[in-house]
Amino acid sequence: MSNAKKSRTIKVDYMARVEGEGALFLKIRDGKVSDVKLKIFEPPRFFEAFLRGRKWTEAPDITARICGICPIAYQSSSISAMESIVGAKIDGPIRELRRLVYCGEWIESHVLHMAMLHAPDFLGYEDAIQMAKDHPDVVKNALRLKKIGNELMTVVGGREIHPINLRVGGFYRTPTKKQLLAMRDDLLWACDASVALTKLVSTFEFPDFERDYEFVAMRHPGEYPLWEGRLVSNRGLDIPIEDFFKHFEEEHVKHSTSLHSFVKLRGAYHVGPLARFNLNFDRLTPRCRELAQEIGVTPPCTNPFKSIVVRGFETLYACEESLRIIESYEEPEKPFIELAPRAGRGHGCSEAPRGICYHTYAIDDNGVITDARIAPPTAQNQRTMEEDLAAFVPRHADLPDDKLTWRCEQAVRNYDPCISCSCHFLRLHVDRD
Amino acid sequence: MGNNGEQLRMLVIGVGNRLRGDDAAGPRVADNIRSRALPGVHIIDHSGEGASLMEAWQSGETVFLVDAADSGGESGQIYEFAAHERSLPARFFRYSTHAFSVAESIELARVLDRLPARLHVYAIEGRDFGAGGTMSTEVSRAVEVVSDRIEALVLGIAHGSNAESDPCTNSVS
Repeated sequence: MSNAKKSRTIKVDYMARVEGEGALFLKIRDGKVSDVKLKIFEPPRFFEAFLRGRKWTEAPDITARICGICPIAYQSSSISAMESIVGAKIDGPIRELRRLVYCGEWIESHVLHMAMLHAPDFLGYEDAIQMAKDHPDVVKNALRLKKIGNELMTVVGGREIHPINLRVGGFYRTPTKKQLLAMRDDLLWACDASVALTKLVSTFEFPDFERDYEFVAMRHPGEYPLWEGRLVSNRGLDIPIEDFFKHFEEEHVKHSTSLHSFVKLRGAYHVGPLARFNLNFDRLTPRCRELAQEIGVTPPCTNPFKSIVVRGFETLYACEESLRIIESYEEPEKPFIELAPRAGRGHGCSEAPRGICYHTYAIDDNGVITDARIAPPTAQNQRTMEEDLAAFVPRHADLPDDKLTWRCEQAVRNYDPCISCSCHFLRLHVDRD
Repeated sequence: MGNNGEQLRMLVIGVGNRLRGDDAAGPRVADNIRSRALPGVHIIDHSGEGASLMEAWQSGETVFLVDAADSGGESGQIYEFAAHERSLPARFFRYSTHAFSVAESIELARVLDRLPARLHVYAIEGRDFGAGGTMSTEVSRAVEVVSDRIEALVLGIAHGSNAESDPCTNSVS
């Protein structure tokens, strides 16, 4: 290797196909990564600050605005937190509808990421438009799948982007059985389409790259986790949601306007589809498990590039779960339970498409929010992304800058990072000199 | 009505966010067209989310799509494209993990043969897209120019004349 190649810097000012604005800076010395930074340069968005002073019932609609593609995760976590303050337990059809609208969000987010944003990486296309020229049916089916997710959001949540029908205690209005059953045929098609899409992405060529992650996800006694459960990890963590900050810590780093999360005394951890899959494989439906066995991607899966396949399993799960809910749905007498505020602190967590989304709020006796803290998934994964790059780049340090950049962007897109909601994220700068 | 007496389906799509300064350009044009009660025109506001945008224009044979742009040009500059004939310039593209935008949805629809027969795109260069901001004077003037332009085209089509002139790029000073 020449001296010039032993030492170089690669800088990507704006990374394509990630949400928000950020940069990636890599410094390589003698084939080793001496510095890696995911630089976030979106301005702070102050959501936590301006939640203070608002009514506790306003949090779901305000926090939904943090993200355009996973608003349900923010609404869910804030609703859970508020209901936990007053000790409310929501069951029956309302709980089922909450799972249903969450499934809609998973479908639209996972399919968009798999087919439109990540698949071009593996197939060598600049973007989905170029890919669509050679694979029009893949893109058409993906768009139809995504539309079905959007429709679930609309039927249950009131509209497909930033739904407005969720509230503390339930919904403002619940759908009729007829409205839900109208989606049955589409969902039956969606199950088959998600199997086909998953099989397709499983044939991609995956880099030989595995790491020993601490995976963190929710776990529920009987369900694949969406809204409820404890927080568990493959390194022995098993805690109630309210203990989040006893075990996790956020720190400010100079190069990012977002906070970096880590497990106390251990370090980086990995949230998202791969974590859920590895920790909750037994909670998937039989068809999902059979598909995983057939494809040969089963726990423990520690190759982050295979997250695209796992998103496929979760898309199938969301379609099957939606069908189950729709077929067994009984219209509730009232769309919500009236709840009165009382002073206290509550905690909520749900599984956003890209990982756990934790919220905690304090309110006073009048229901006025006095404190709010939100840990979005991308912030929790940010340190893991940096560590992935530090481990991944030395194996490919001989690649020319453009090819190395491509690989690095692909490695980051494994996480489907969202700078807007973490206030976090990407340009690439590799320093080899 | 068209030459053959059939009802021509014309659709005006105003893309943008009314609460973010110059990003309200699209919805403001939609408001203008709505207030002029033009014949045979359906008008919708839209967030610009690409996948649903591709669905929205399925109902139109002639579609007028108006969006704000942030491409480095002069505030108030109007870019007009006959998108059914040619691709949009690269500077109007922006991908993310969360969505693809207007330009990407147009080009993806072109590849998938899902473009309407005529898609006239008007991009109005904005300056201030801050939350809660007000529309700049230059963009406000451009909104009126684009509204008049669309009205003329709509009336031309409604009266059966070949009013769909060649697309051009105008600058509103």
